Amino acid sequence: MARLHELLVRAARGEVRRRGPRLRITGPELEDLAYQAAADALLAITGKIGQFRGESRFTTWAYKFVIFEVSAKIGRHFWRHPAVPLDGEDWDRLPDRFGFDPAQEAERRDLLAALRRAVDEELTPRQRAVFVAIVLNDVPLDVLVLQLASSRNAIYKVLFDARRKLRAALDANGYLSPDTSRQT
Amino acid sequence: MTGPDELDRFLRTDPRDVGCARAVDMLHVYVELVAAGEPAEQRYPGMAAHLSACGPCGEDFEGLLAAVRGQDR
Repeated sequence: MARLHELLVRAARGEVRRRGPRLRITGPELEDLAYQAAADALLAITGKIGQFRGESRFTTWAYKFVIFEVSAKIGRHFWRHPAVPLDGEDWDRLPDRFGFDPAQEAERRDLLAALRRAVDEELTPRQRAVFVAIVLNDVPLDVLVLQLASSRNAIYKVLFDARRKLRAALDANGYLSPDTSRQT
Repeated sequence: MTGPDELDRFLRTDPRDVGCARAVDMLHVYVELVAAGEPAEQRYPGMAAHLSACGPCGEDFEGLLAAVRGQDR
């Protein structure tokens, strides 16, 4: 058990260092996060050891828990200390979000107006809220999961359906070309 | 990539996408295939589709792959 904990701490430290440059967490706080993630991962592994089916090396399966713990703890950190407002609608962010060229002003204006219409007319209230939070307000998906007391899978599915609807609406109105690459 | 292209890429969905719950279940298996240089994308196209579309799962994939590769060094 001590050896496993040691491996988990090493993996957690590696993961927080890997993600560190993009986080507003440094020094001792980052080190604490790694230790907490390793401790919580060890608990999770102990509880789920019977679920290990030998499909991979044991360490790979175990490291998965520590990576998820680091993800979850970073999500909780940003939920408590948001870098951006978690509500409101900043439609002016969209051109930068998608790298629109200011020189193509007319095309940009038309496409974004069509997108905004589709968001208002095609999406359910929940799809709209998730789209606005993630795309307009740049709220990380894991933070939105905490805010809405939901799951990553559920929020991803809501956003997936919203993306599909919006693309279909823009395609139907001639703003994007049909998606024929992987239709089933 | 221009703005319309980037928006198009973001809105494009792949019906094979397995979703986060399945990706979480399979991540360790998929990562070992990738680390071993096996054609993981061909074997699990739904996983590949999901990991390229879902930021958080993609990040977890990169993290687990880095951990496995670090262990092998």
